[in-house]
Amino acid sequence: MTTRKIAVITSGLSQPSSTRLLADRLADATARQLEVLGVDAEVTILELRDTAQDVVNNLMTGFPSPKLEKAIEAVTGADALIAVTPVFTTSYSGLFKSFIDVLDPQSLTDMPVLIGATGGSERHSLALDYAMRPLFTYLHAVVVPTSVYAASSDWGSTGDGVATALPDRIERAARELAKLAVDSDRSSRVVDPFALPAGFSPVGGYGAQ
Amino acid sequence: MQFGIFTVGDVTTDPTNDVTPTEHQRIKNILTIAQKVEEVGMEVFALGEHHNPPFVPSSPTTMLGYIAAKTERLILSTATTLITTNDPVKIAEDYAMLQHVADGRVDLMMGRGNTGPVYPWFGKDIRDGIPLAIENYALLQRLWREDFVNWEGKFRTPLQGFQSTPRPLDGVAPFVWHGSIRSPEIAEQAAYYGDGFFANNIFWPKEHYMKLISYYRQRFEHYGHGKASEAIVGLGGQAFMAKNSQDAVKQFRPYFDNAPVYGHGPTMEDFTEQTPLTVGSPQQVIDRYASMREYYGDYQRQLFLMDHAGLPLKTVLEQLDILGEEVIPVLRKEFAKDRPANVPDGPTHEALVAKRDAALAASVAEPVEAEVSA
Repeated sequence: MTTRKIAVITSGLSQPSSTRLLADRLADATARQLEVLGVDAEVTILELRDTAQDVVNNLMTGFPSPKLEKAIEAVTGADALIAVTPVFTTSYSGLFKSFIDVLDPQSLTDMPVLIGATGGSERHSLALDYAMRPLFTYLHAVVVPTSVYAASSDWGSTGDGVATALPDRIERAARELAKLAVDSDRSSRVVDPFALPAGFSPVGGYGAQ
Repeated sequence: MQFGIFTVGDVTTDPTNDVTPTEHQRIKNILTIAQKVEEVGMEVFALGEHHNPPFVPSSPTTMLGYIAAKTERLILSTATTLITTNDPVKIAEDYAMLQHVADGRVDLMMGRGNTGPVYPWFGKDIRDGIPLAIENYALLQRLWREDFVNWEGKFRTPLQGFQSTPRPLDGVAPFVWHGSIRSPEIAEQAAYYGDGFFANNIFWPKEHYMKLISYYRQRFEHYGHGKASEAIVGLGGQAFMAKNSQDAVKQFRPYFDNAPVYGHGPTMEDFTEQTPLTVGSPQQVIDRYASMREYYGDYQRQLFLMDHAGLPLKTVLEQLDILGEEVIPVLRKEFAKDRPANVPDGPTHEALVAKRDAALAASVAEPVEAEVSA
């Protein structure tokens, strides 16, 4: 069976956190959906809190510590990404954004992404669509249509006629991600860090005359 | 192997006593430090070019000209010449002039600047950073090598029959290094011309620079300047020393913790582990830097950053004494051990003149030989 690498980033600050809980549900569902398609999932879960100091240091020095570099490589070298954040003050958490900020802006191009968020009430569910989705769109990632928001109450309720129950939303989003992950060859790509831009000349356009 | 000091010329408050030198004091201190570099037996003093406070060295040839008059053997270099925002015509003239003043003891290191606004301040666009570095240098090359230049480019007024003045000393252009932290284009450019490549080596882990230097070496060979092992590589470095390693750590920590760039970030322990910064005994510095050739290959120039982060002049001069007396003599021996014969020495004006003369002699000799055999 072929294998696809799924990276999961979760930026909940408490341990245990409901953000991690949602991330785990999304990861499990994606692995299940991949299995249906005949593909094994190799899931790597990254709790951003474990590299919080390293992320701040990277922002200041411009380079990642060995531990953070490993985490970054796990994310950028995956076939698909699940990104989950708590909603803080109407948006992704600062730690989540800081981690995104230390990534090479080109490194998520074409990446299939499933976005998820957690919050105390349903009021902030649109943060997924006005904050998370544009963030990944800017990075040229491919965000699946269904994003999953889990308010505290979602962990103990069935659907309410407007939204389906949380497990259904998780399953639908995971199905969408699995379909893209199957076709993703990102983890087997060889990236040349010294690739020169097309048409580059060491003497410039006019220098050789 | 050449050893030396490079400085960014920051005016920084000494965190241990809250004293901030005036610009005048800092400039005078830099001039004192440069003279000390020769006194303790090192070969090179290199000065950055910046146009934003807290950095003072905006006019490198003024300072280097003064140092030239005060020293005998020291090679005067820039630790960045902004090839992007300076007019290459002015660079050609300023540094040819400095070459004459300093009797050839001059080389340059090309860089692209440390702050985004430096581009618009000089009427340029930061998005043209690499194209500016490429085109301006192509013109600079010609201005130093051709007596009359016709030129048309994208970024400056055309030139018709222009002669930059004075002509380079002995008809030989100053040696040029290209510095870059992450752009393969600049490594490619250095390799194309057979120029030197300098890796700042201060702020990032060595693995990063190892890849960049190895790329430059391969491309140097590709362009036919010699073997990869014969490419001209320079490295930066950073150290703080005391006889007793714990004293060095204790003395340097407040400067590290408050330093520009990395201060208030990683711990000194993490930073010394992850970058070439070495804080400890002279022997620790020797061990660390003697190992550099294992990672980068045998190289030509090692510069140390010693005078930043608000360190007082007295401390800097003491550090230079330790470096000159205890560290560099040992490093010289270490670097000389098993150094392959084909690895070039650090570049000097005399060597460049000799190389040019040898090439001329060879090109004159060849046709004569051909005639004889015909």
